[in-house]
Amino acid sequence: MSKHTRRSVKLFEGALVRAATGQSFTKLKPSLMIKNPVMFTVEIGTAVMLAVVLYTMITGDTTEGSLAYNLAIFIILLLTVLFANFAEAIAEARGKAQAESLRKTRQDTPAKKVSLVGEIYMNEVKVVPSSQLHLGDRFICEAGDVIPMDGEIVEGIATIDESAITGESAPVIREAGGDRSSVTGGTKVLSDRIVVEVTTQPGETFLDKMIALVEGANRQKTPNEIALTILLASFTIVFIIVCVTLKPFADYSGTHITIAAFISLFVCLIPTTIGGLLSAIGIAGMDRALRANIIAKSGKAVETAGDVDTLLLDKTGTITIGNRKATNFYPADGLSDKEFIELAALSSLADDTPEGKSIVELAAQKGVTKKPDKEIEFVAFSAETRSSGVNLPNGVKIRKGAQDVIRNRVLKAGHPFPDSVDKKVKSIAENGGTPLIVGLNDEVKGVIELQDIIKPGIFERFNRLRRMGVKTVMVTGDNPLTAKYIANKAGVDDFIAEARPEDKMNYIRNEQATGKLVAMMGDGTNDAPALAQADVGVAMNSGTQAAKEAGNMVDLDNDPTKLIEVVEIGKQLLITRGTLTTFSIANDVAKYFAIVPALFIASIPALQGLNIMNLKSPESAILSAVIFNAIIIPLLIPLALRGVEYKPIGASALLRRNLLIYGIGGIAAPFLGIKAIDLLLGLIM
Amino acid sequence: MGSEITGIVVAFLIALLIGFPLGIYISNVFSGKKTLTDFLNPVERFIFRFSGVDPKREMNWKENLKALLSINLVWFVYAFVMLITQGSLFLNPDGNPSQSPDLAFNTAISFMVNCDLQHYSGESGLSYLTQVGVISFLMFVSAATGIASAVIFFRALGEKTTQVLGNFYVFFVKSITRILLPLSIVVATILALNGTPTSFDGRDSLVTLQGDTVHVSRGPAAAMVAIKHLGTNGGGWFGANSAHPLENPNYFTNSVELIAQLIIPFAMVFAFGFFINRKKLAYVIFGVMTVGFLALAIPTIINEINGNPAIAALGAQQPNGAMEGKEVRFGPAFSGFWSIVTTVISTGSVNSMHDSSMALSGMMQMLAMMINSFYGGCGVGLLNYFIYIIIAVFISGLMVGRTPEFMGHKLEGREIKIAALITLLSPFLIMTATSLAAYFNANHPQMAWAVQPGSWLNNPSYHGFSEMLYENTSANANNGSGFEGLGDNNIFWNVMTGFVLILGRFLPIIGPVAIAGLLAGKKHIPHSAGTLRTDSLTFGAMTLAVIVIINALSYFPALALGPIAEYFSM
Repeated sequence: MSKHTRRSVKLFEGALVRAATGQSFTKLKPSLMIKNPVMFTVEIGTAVMLAVVLYTMITGDTTEGSLAYNLAIFIILLLTVLFANFAEAIAEARGKAQAESLRKTRQDTPAKKVSLVGEIYMNEVKVVPSSQLHLGDRFICEAGDVIPMDGEIVEGIATIDESAITGESAPVIREAGGDRSSVTGGTKVLSDRIVVEVTTQPGETFLDKMIALVEGANRQKTPNEIALTILLASFTIVFIIVCVTLKPFADYSGTHITIAAFISLFVCLIPTTIGGLLSAIGIAGMDRALRANIIAKSGKAVETAGDVDTLLLDKTGTITIGNRKATNFYPADGLSDKEFIELAALSSLADDTPEGKSIVELAAQKGVTKKPDKEIEFVAFSAETRSSGVNLPNGVKIRKGAQDVIRNRVLKAGHPFPDSVDKKVKSIAENGGTPLIVGLNDEVKGVIELQDIIKPGIFERFNRLRRMGVKTVMVTGDNPLTAKYIANKAGVDDFIAEARPEDKMNYIRNEQATGKLVAMMGDGTNDAPALAQADVGVAMNSGTQAAKEAGNMVDLDNDPTKLIEVVEIGKQLLITRGTLTTFSIANDVAKYFAIVPALFIASIPALQGLNIMNLKSPESAILSAVIFNAIIIPLLIPLALRGVEYKPIGASALLRRNLLIYGIGGIAAPFLGIKAIDLLLGLIM
Repeated sequence: MGSEITGIVVAFLIALLIGFPLGIYISNVFSGKKTLTDFLNPVERFIFRFSGVDPKREMNWKENLKALLSINLVWFVYAFVMLITQGSLFLNPDGNPSQSPDLAFNTAISFMVNCDLQHYSGESGLSYLTQVGVISFLMFVSAATGIASAVIFFRALGEKTTQVLGNFYVFFVKSITRILLPLSIVVATILALNGTPTSFDGRDSLVTLQGDTVHVSRGPAAAMVAIKHLGTNGGGWFGANSAHPLENPNYFTNSVELIAQLIIPFAMVFAFGFFINRKKLAYVIFGVMTVGFLALAIPTIINEINGNPAIAALGAQQPNGAMEGKEVRFGPAFSGFWSIVTTVISTGSVNSMHDSSMALSGMMQMLAMMINSFYGGCGVGLLNYFIYIIIAVFISGLMVGRTPEFMGHKLEGREIKIAALITLLSPFLIMTATSLAAYFNANHPQMAWAVQPGSWLNNPSYHGFSEMLYENTSANANNGSGFEGLGDNNIFWNVMTGFVLILGRFLPIIGPVAIAGLLAGKKHIPHSAGTLRTDSLTFGAMTLAVIVIINALSYFPALALGPIAEYFSM
């Protein structure tokens, strides 16, 4: 996969950290905090502690503990909230930095707007700032211009440098009509001149939506995130119950529990770790998608990608490299290799298709170079003749085409179709190749073998997908025999041969009818319905506007295998949330063992038996627990931002692995951490 | 000691040997397959025609729950009226008085919800009419309600996508005619043959060798003791419950009663597997339940066999283990084992006084009721377990990177919300009720407005706290056993536990059935390699971990102040 170092932002870059630190305080505003119920309760607790500190300071009454102790608890709680805010802020800041580099490409660029005179577009060009372009406006771009706005080419063809968006330096060709007519704002025209029609309102482009997503501003919670928030809120309520009822319990056993101890117990128990990191995880997920050069319309789309069961991939460009290539020449009986290769090369001289070029190239490799000659008359491929070739000045006609076409012409002309050639044709087809027959004056002279070149490493990628539980389907226009051969060789699970656009659609519908989630990638306008039908539709950036609107993601790299990465990003998002939730809840066990004995040790000395960590004093036990609770948040920020790695080892094995690391680890870590902090506090206190 | 353990193991294995085929039978009964008891068809048809139920009418989960709740309301009113008027009604040879309204409120709810918390003593608090017409009747219908609600749940999970989940009334009637009645006849006969009374005569009197006159209560007890165990009810005919020599005459009847309370909860788990055709899932669930059960039972047995360290410190020998509050004919091991069986399952019948169990045994009994799903009550145990499964599925689904799904249906916000509320409910009810009691005890110990006369807590300190905690835990779990040092027949306890009982019963039925109904209405997703298997040992372990963590986190402080503090103080 293409890795773009261009946009990699260090995890904690100085500028980002500064911005995020400021934001951490701004986010203390209760109206913002309330969106995160877990941390909001911590904030309330912090406010109460502030009141206790002030009370102790003013009255000097120490029944609620010494001023220093209360102050320490207050500061740690405040830090807990700030750390959580910082996690969100740094994720947002990273997203913003990411978005900024995108946005830079779309600063106000001058646009050569075509003014409307009467009912027709006159080339009366006025230069206006790009922000003044509206839906339906047309502008002109010439070599050297930066395209001011997303749009569709209505006139002309141009080479365009899209590196600002994709990081890919090779220029691409965009032209009016067809499937490659769409241009993106911020990219640069390298040659020629195009007229572009604006297809979006300012501020509503795909990129604008994505920027809002990674900045966290417009982020809507995904269904999974909502469900998790509900679960975390219910855990929080359980702990509210535990802490509130502890007061009468303590009355019964004649114990006085300080307010600081109550609040500390509560804050330690509620899932602050995951609560503090939850939104950071979500933002970071979008950020990772953007880093992979994927623009998603919503966070939900990325999450859905993690659930995909079936993946539809076009053969060409995804599974095989570009187009078919000539791999062999097989002369008919009575012809030498060299003679046939000359014929084949001659027949393809005027053929601009990739197949034609590859024939000339292969001939050159074999030492036969033919130069176009003025005398030679070129016959282009036409739908009627379904063949192409040349007419030589001496009246010789060379034609090449599919075997059925040439066979018909040969037989009509009364010539035989040699058996040896017929055999070759069959064996080539069986091996997944495409035979092209070369005829000279309607006599068969030999066969050119074209082969699909399967991308290196694609077999392993499909294998990985299979282990993730994703079924891959290859879509191709080839005949079933060839399709089957390539499908086997590439390791896809199924294929649609001789596919028409509606076949894709039907396949998606059938899969969905059995309850599966389908992802597909497409670029053409005729892909748009299928892209809309698919649960995850990834449109290529080079594709038509219609395709982009229909899908829910756009791939800036135009890389069809990108879907695999999208699936993994989706899974990573869920896994990170799941494992950190587990870790957070598992932490509580140790915190109980630290705090509960500390609360009651004065009135029930027997409970010393529960102090299995052998913490020094009740105060130091409580402080250690709260400190651990606070610092675990920043310690886990890198993990939250990077995401927990997904391994395609099967669901049960993955569950075992994550349970072991984050479940057992979550139980063990705080025992060690709290004990260590207690030892350190012992040195100070 | 060896033979005591052998007795326990044999009893458990016999229960398993009966429970497994019974599970197949129950599955067949409710999936309409041929069974041995099909000769009862006409009887059921008559009942349906008589009560105007159309057995062919399938209802959705909401209609089924409505039916369940409304019919329960009718029984509550009926039971309440009977209990406050029993003194002046017939079949009252001992001339026992009517119950006070608050006691009747508590008793009616308690038996309607399959709990059988008894704030009265059977021989003096009820007439034969109410023992048979109210108590025994409610024992059947409450158990049948539990089984029927589980069957609705089976139906929901058994199909790919469906709105209708069968008919509650049909499941309910068949639970009684096909399962509870036939089994009760067998068990009651065994008990009657072993000396449990079956007579409508009033109390007997005899003159002992010492020349004292002793009154012995009797009545048609054998029939009730049978359904008391089979239906996981637990309310005793006599105040001393199954420790009473007439209610549980010998070691053999003790084993029969123990097996009787185990078989239907066992069978329901297997029935689930057969009904939805996921046997492996049922075996894993049963395995997890058994591991949990043993984790509670084994320490309890060891504690009881080892005896009381405080007594040992005095230099007294305890060759038979901790015998305080236990019957010599059952011994400490079997009594300890029984105390866990009766608390993991929501029976709550006792053959020893749990109040006198060792501190940690008391904690195990409370934990068993707090978890309330290691086998659990008739039908409802599985529903409780289902809630834990939902939480486990959700968290582990996230951990493997896939939107969580169970049985091919996606779990979303709504289902999680319900599951989270039900998870919340137990700590909420147990802890708030206990904190109210602790508050009043600490700040207004007299409570003259609620308690006549005086104090209701006989033991001070940690054990007193355990008594309050146990009572509310038992009420919430619909268990019915008690730490009987608590004076609970007063307005305060009657009304408070009455509310705990009713909320602790119906919400945990409504929740799981609603989740299952919602899931059943969703599109079915086929299994793929990325799907997390819920019938694997890994997932079983995950569920167990969820159960342990949730309960430990909810109850650790309370348990620390009660049994744990008591343990460390000994």
